[in-house]
Formats: sequence, structure tokens, C-alpha cells
Amino acid sequence: MKTQKILAWIAIAIGVIYFFVPLIGTFEFSLRMRRGEYSVDAYQSVFSDMQFRETFGFSMVMALLTIIFGMLLVVPTAYWVRLRLPQIRPVIEFITLLPLVIPAIVIVFGYLRLYNSSSWLPFTGSTSGTNALLVLSYITLSLPYMYRAVDTAMRAIDVRTLTEAAEILGAKWPTIMLRCIFPNVMSGVLSGAFITFAIVMGEFTMAALLNRPAFGPYLQLVGANKAYEPAALAVIAFAITWFSMGLLQLVSRFSKMAPSRP
Amino acid sequence: MSAATTSFIDRRTVVDWLGIVPFMIFALMFLIIPTLYLVTGAFFTPDGQFTFKNIADLFTPSIISAYWISIKVSVASSLGGALIGFFLAWAIVLGGVPSWVRSGLLTFSGVASNFAGVPLAFAFLATLGRTGLVTVLLRDWLGFNLYSTGFNILSFFGLTITYMFFQIPLMVLILTPALDGMKKEWREASEILGASTWQYWRMVALPILWPSLMGTTLLLFANAFGAIATAYALTGSSLNIVPILLYAQIRGDVLHNANLGYALALGMIVITGISNLLYILLRMRAERWQK
Repeated sequence: MKTQKILAWIAIAIGVIYFFVPLIGTFEFSLRMRRGEYSVDAYQSVFSDMQFRETFGFSMVMALLTIIFGMLLVVPTAYWVRLRLPQIRPVIEFITLLPLVIPAIVIVFGYLRLYNSSSWLPFTGSTSGTNALLVLSYITLSLPYMYRAVDTAMRAIDVRTLTEAAEILGAKWPTIMLRCIFPNVMSGVLSGAFITFAIVMGEFTMAALLNRPAFGPYLQLVGANKAYEPAALAVIAFAITWFSMGLLQLVSRFSKMAPSRP
Repeated sequence: MSAATTSFIDRRTVVDWLGIVPFMIFALMFLIIPTLYLVTGAFFTPDGQFTFKNIADLFTPSIISAYWISIKVSVASSLGGALIGFFLAWAIVLGGVPSWVRSGLLTFSGVASNFAGVPLAFAFLATLGRTGLVTVLLRDWLGFNLYSTGFNILSFFGLTITYMFFQIPLMVLILTPALDGMKKEWREASEILGASTWQYWRMVALPILWPSLMGTTLLLFANAFGAIATAYALTGSSLNIVPILLYAQIRGDVLHNANLGYALALGMIVITGISNLLYILLRMRAERWQK
């Protein structure tokens, strides 16, 4: 038993060293911009860069649109499948897991061939069309996480009883969806939203190949041209990931404390 | 009356299926058809003749070497990630460490498994690059020049170490529930029968765990195989792995044959598809013991 505990602590120590050294290294590097002393010059340089603000804002808008439209697609589908079509749940689940199997670069390659400016549906022919395609591609990428989060939350409530109760009280479909189902699966919607936010903010492949000025391609560009700013950006990106995952944990813990059983 | 009932049922069935039409249209348009387009395109010439030539052309030295490097990096980072991830999961489940270590590590794993892409490359460049913290500290404190040993962060080994930053946490997250499912009774029963710790692990624990271990390793493999952003930001196009080759092909047709590009994509789907399929099969096997 004693050796087991020592081995366990050795494993933890190796893990801590492997995970924390790069984080410390990045932070230390980001402070080195001024020769001979530590300063926050790299951060100032990043924050004063117009392109940083523009790309960050662009990705933020894309993330919000992805979350809104993704949820409008996923929540009704998950609800409907649970209520009326439980027999095809395995099929839907399989489809939602496909984006984990097919690499993102392959999916976007297909888009570029199918929806180019000379095709029947020229998404990439205009800026707004390409932006729409980017949001759609992000919905595809986050489908596994959104669907799973919402479906798990829906398992915890009795969809059928809730619906019947609302129908007896005279509610119409929009009321049922927006005032009964959505609020009750809010924890799942929020978990899915936070993970989607983290994915979209750092995403590179889709935005780069669709030529959109998103945060991911901007990061790559800075990395190729500057020395200290990339480290500062890595610290900022890690903070964003930590922030969204922290909120996710908070939401799931909160929803466990107050189960919303009807 | 029977006719009315039938039509009522039919109408209800139709309405039922109509409910998932938006999702199905979305999945077809933005997931399935784009993929099928590439898959079928791999079997045609640019003028629409059916051919196997594109597939055969994949076996030219430069493309084979790209696949080979990709496979090597994915195998190395998934095996390394699986090994270290397994020991970490074992430590927090069975190692008797305080519970705050467990919840701390699981929370951190949730974050780190999502910290990939371009920023991850920056983090490792700032740590193990030529002027990175670890490289400088080793040189100044120990007089050890990391780069004179032939180490380079922009290489196979550097990429493997970098990928493990998201591979290890993923292993921890998936394997912890599997280890939690190991029943105390199995251990007690084998101890009563006189088994040593080694015998318990070799004859009881590992045979139960191996589908989870193998399955998750395959998942990590597919995860690394499809990743591009980290590698691209880390090495530019100097390390010729398949996703980077495909990226260059999409950008500027470097293979001078659009349909060969489709074949390249097909090769990626086949490899990630097979490893995911095996993962699902192994997972079903693993769940037999975890009811």
C-alpha cells in the first residue's frame, strides 16, 4: 500500500511538471519583450493591435451565431427524437458523432468544392455567404458536444409528461418549446454553449481555408511574424479556454444541486 | 372507419418524420454530401471517367512518406498519452491521493484537452524552442545544450511532445470512469485466493481494462491524425504530415491533380474511420463489465 501511494504521487508529479512547465514557460516568455527586465510590453502590443480587436470581435460574433443557430437546430431535434422518434435515436447520435471521425480539413475541403462561386449554391461567392458557411461549419464541428450536452439534460426531465401537461393547459408549440423545454434543459444548453465558444474562438482550419479574418488565422499570422506576442496570445487563449471550461463546470455543478424534475 | 384510422396514423407518422427534417437537411448538406463528394471524386478523373489511378497515385514516395510521418506522430503521441494518462488516472482513482488532487486534475484535464490548435504551438515554442524557458535554464544552470543533442521542437519528436498536451488529459477523462468501475470485490477475491498485486493486475484488472485502454488509444490516434493547426503553427510546412499536405493542396493544388487531392482526403477518412470504428467496438466490449 505504501509503494502504491509513492507511485501515485510520482505519477501526479510527472503530470504536474509536464502540464505546468509549458504554461510557466509561456508566461515567462511573454514578459521578456523588454531586454533585461520583465514587462507587459507584449500584452500592450497585442491589445493595441487593431487586427487583434477586429479578429477577436469577429470570432466572438461567429461563436455567438454558432451557439444560437446550433441550439435552434439541436434542441428541437433532440426533443422531437425523444418524444416521437425514439427508434431513430442511434442514427441521430451516430450522425452527431461523425464530425469527430471526419477531420475538419476534409469537411471544409468538401465545402470548397460543393459551394464555390460557380456551383449551384455559391456560398463562397460573397462575403456574407462565406460568413454564413463559416457559422454552418462551426455548427458542424460543435455538433457532437452540443447534442450530447442537450440530450443528457433532456434525459433528466420527463419530456413527454411536460409536453402533455403543457398541451392540456392549452399551450401551443412555440410556448412549449420556449417556455417549457428550453428553460428545463438550460444547463445542457449552457454547457454546450461554453464548449462551443472555446472551440470556435481558437479554430484555425475552417476560417483559414474559407479566408475569413478570424482569431485562429490571426494567431497563426502573428506566430509566423513576431517573437514575444505569440506567447502573450497563448496566455490569453489559455485564459479564454479556462474561463469557458470553468463556467461549464460551474453550470453542471449548479444544475446537480438543483435538479429540475417536474 | 378503418380508412380514417389509417390516414390518421399516416398523417401522424408523416408529422413525426417532418420534425427531424431540418436536422437531416443540415447533416446532409454540411456533413454527409461534402464528404461523399470527395470520396466519390477520388475514383474519377478530372473529365469524369471512373478510375483507380488516384488511389494508386497515393503510393508515390512523397505521399507515402507524408502518411508515414503522420502515422508515426499519431502512434507515438497516442501511446505516450495513453501511458501517462493511464498512470495519472490510476493515481487519482486507486493511488489513495486526497480528493482535491482528483477534482483538480479532472478539472484541469477538461481545460487542457480543449487547449489545442495554434496557441498550444506557441506555448511549446516558448518553452522548448531555441530561446524557450527550459532550453535557456538547461543551458545556464546545467551547461546542457538541448539543441546540440539533435533535439528540435520543429520535428517529429517535438510535435509528439506537443500533441501529448491534449492527448494525456483526454485519456485521463475517458479512463477515470473505467477505473472507477473496477469493483473492490475483484481485488479482495484475488487477494483471498493468494494473488500478488502483479498477478491481480496481469490476470484480472488488465484483461478487464484492455478494451478501454486499446479503444481510448485508438481514439487518441484518430484525434492526432486529423489535427492540423498545432502542427502548422509549430512547423509551418517543414514537417510534411498528411493534413498539412492536404492544406497545401487545397490552397494551391501542389499535387497538380484535383482528384488526387480527393484521394488524399479519402485516405484520411479511411484511417480515422477505421480507428473510430474499432474504438466503438472495443467500447461495447468494455461496457460488458461496467454494468
